[in-house]
Amino acid sequence: MLKGLFNKLSEKTPFSNKYATDKTINEDIGGKDRAEDNASAQAMASGLLKKFKNGLQKSRKGFINQVDALIFRKRKIDDELLEELEELLVTGDISVSCVTEIFERLKKEIKRNAISDGDALKEALKSIILEMVDIDAPPIPWAPSPYICLMAGVNGVGKTTTIAKLANILKSQGKNPLFVASDTFRAAAIDQLLVWGKRLNIPVIHHQQGADPSAVAYDGIEAAIKRGVDVVFVDTAGRLHTKVNLMEELKKIRRVIKKHIEDAPHETLLVLDATNGQNALNQARQFNEATPISGIILTKLDGTAKGGIVVTIANELKIPIRYIGIGEKMDDLEPFSPKLFVDALFSS
Amino acid sequence: MFENLQKRLDAVFKRLKGYGRLTEENIQDALREVRLALLEADVNYKVVKDFIKRIKERAVGSEVMESLTPGQQVVKIVHDELIELLGRSASPLSLAGRTPVVIMLIGLQGSGKTTTSAKIARFLKKKGRRPYLVPADVARPAAIKQLMALSGQAGVDCYETEAKEPPQEIARKAIMQASLKGLDTVIIDTAGRLHIDEALMGELRAMKETASPQEILFVADAMTGQDAVNIARSFDEAVGITGIVLTKIEGDARGGAALSIRAVTQKPIKFIGVGEKLNDLEVFYPDRLANRILGMGDVLSLIEKATEEIDQKKALELQEKLKKNAFTLEDFRDQLKQIRRMGSLQDILNMIPGFNKLSKKMKGLLPDEKELIHIEAIINSMTPEERTNYKIINASRRRRIAKGSGTSVQDVNKLLKNYTQMQKMFKKIKKGNLKGLPFSIPKGLFG
Repeated sequence: MLKGLFNKLSEKTPFSNKYATDKTINEDIGGKDRAEDNASAQAMASGLLKKFKNGLQKSRKGFINQVDALIFRKRKIDDELLEELEELLVTGDISVSCVTEIFERLKKEIKRNAISDGDALKEALKSIILEMVDIDAPPIPWAPSPYICLMAGVNGVGKTTTIAKLANILKSQGKNPLFVASDTFRAAAIDQLLVWGKRLNIPVIHHQQGADPSAVAYDGIEAAIKRGVDVVFVDTAGRLHTKVNLMEELKKIRRVIKKHIEDAPHETLLVLDATNGQNALNQARQFNEATPISGIILTKLDGTAKGGIVVTIANELKIPIRYIGIGEKMDDLEPFSPKLFVDALFSS
Repeated sequence: MFENLQKRLDAVFKRLKGYGRLTEENIQDALREVRLALLEADVNYKVVKDFIKRIKERAVGSEVMESLTPGQQVVKIVHDELIELLGRSASPLSLAGRTPVVIMLIGLQGSGKTTTSAKIARFLKKKGRRPYLVPADVARPAAIKQLMALSGQAGVDCYETEAKEPPQEIARKAIMQASLKGLDTVIIDTAGRLHIDEALMGELRAMKETASPQEILFVADAMTGQDAVNIARSFDEAVGITGIVLTKIEGDARGGAALSIRAVTQKPIKFIGVGEKLNDLEVFYPDRLANRILGMGDVLSLIEKATEEIDQKKALELQEKLKKNAFTLEDFRDQLKQIRRMGSLQDILNMIPGFNKLSKKMKGLLPDEKELIHIEAIINSMTPEERTNYKIINASRRRRIAKGSGTSVQDVNKLLKNYTQMQKMFKKIKKGNLKGLPFSIPKGLFG
């Protein structure tokens, strides 16, 4: 697929030859650039950046090294290199169509800016992916109170754990959160949230298992208003996006929340599992159709999965990615920063 | 799953008509489509590469068999290779040997281990075994409670785990308990863990040492992407798995992970999880999946599902009634109930060969799930007399039935019309004239 495209490309552009002749110079530039990267990274190395990078390191290390190895070691841009580059992006779970788009754009960049060496190619690739994941959105305001945050996602992505992590962050900022246990389906889901409530000292509004999730939400919001809490997290049952009745149930929860506060839920966060492949795009599309998604949280990025589907999702649906989950501990949830994400993706 | 692959292959193979021999040139498009479809289905890049290479080797230069079109020839090769990759037949749980036999479930967080444990317990109980569920996930809050609650629903015994104990100790004590209670199958639910977490993988090895499980099932989410190969390989290398359970397959995941995991571990997929209820577990038939990928339908699964879910006695009664032409509205309602128990109509139709292509056209014609509920409500609102003899249902009765069932008179009319048409159809079947059926099953591709 990409081979054909680049075959044509390399016929028309002289970069492969030029790259071959200029190889020593390019290597020097590459070395210098990396030194600069390190220096600037150190300068920026706030606790956050360090942590972000560390968290991503496990999943990114292979990827980054591969990119650098690819671009700096190869003498010329040939079929083999392009195939490896394609493999790299596809095995990172960026969708085939998105990879095609990335290469289309790269082709234009090469023409426009006369990209003739590997370093420039890397920068171009970087800026294309950055443009795709960098969705222009103001940070979550967590106000007015009570700020209602509805959590949704398919089964097993880590909704409940993420809620606990988020609430923990807000609590440390002096906010006063409340949990609403609207997952009335899964056995012991209420207990799970109760355990977190106890650990974090956060009240939990719940009914019995099997109760109507919207009724729980209704009571939860009512309690939140009465108690004057700042933020409400409504935990919902995991549901596959293809199940019409369950998506209707989600819509109903949303409607019922609106009965108390018209512009609530202020935030509807979709939790996605970074281990998931192309299906995450379907999840994002379907959930967004049922109840407009205002942000995405990408969990389980501490494994070896690369979470590249985020690039595809952000590019297609223009939904900002808000947080990433990078471990099992309470503070293993970090704000998603497109710049850092791509920097971490490409810096060694 | 895999619907896209089916559609794609259909389109490509149509273009392949009229070639006498498969050459590198004329199959290039087909291979390209197969490759893209597999990648989009989340099959791992390297697995796809190997797969395509093998197909190419076999296809290029082969004479097209007289009985086949070139397209069918490629389908046959793809089919053979898929069978080769997925395995030919189902691979049952290995439960022979000294009791209690131990089954251990392992996998990443959120793959569905706890639910699957309970489903397997239920499955084995139906087969006459005496399972013992053991919650050994002491990490996730309330995981123990979850399995205890599920064991209640499944009607099987559950070990009362103390969250303070190390998993290895839990396993040891639970197996002793099982022996004392005379239970023959111990199912251990372990905590979800990352495959790169050395400490926790070590914990699994220790549990394996203690429990000597006969089956170590790796539970994987059908929606897993490219990383499936790394995850499965790591678990297999660290602990040594004996089989795979693929969960959450009822969504629209294309399930390429199944191919990837098979390819790297060479271990059989034993079960698939097809829903949230405890009955939603099916034995995995690799050959059937291969057929389904290529649009040959899954008639065997359908037949099995039908025989399992449909009450045999009622079916016999119905047969008798059909013979006597005494198919009442009450029978009609029972039929609907049984169909609904088998799953959605769309699901059932998708299992029938050739129906996949039709299903788009059929969509408008099929009563949707809601309509089925309405039909049931209408019949429920009739008197027993009306149900046995629909002819007495006059205008005022129709109004009453509509009111009682919360539908309209038109709905009632429509139902009665469908019912009378159905009766006519049964008459035809009785006479051996099957042409009146709404669809006919196409000839199998390979004979």
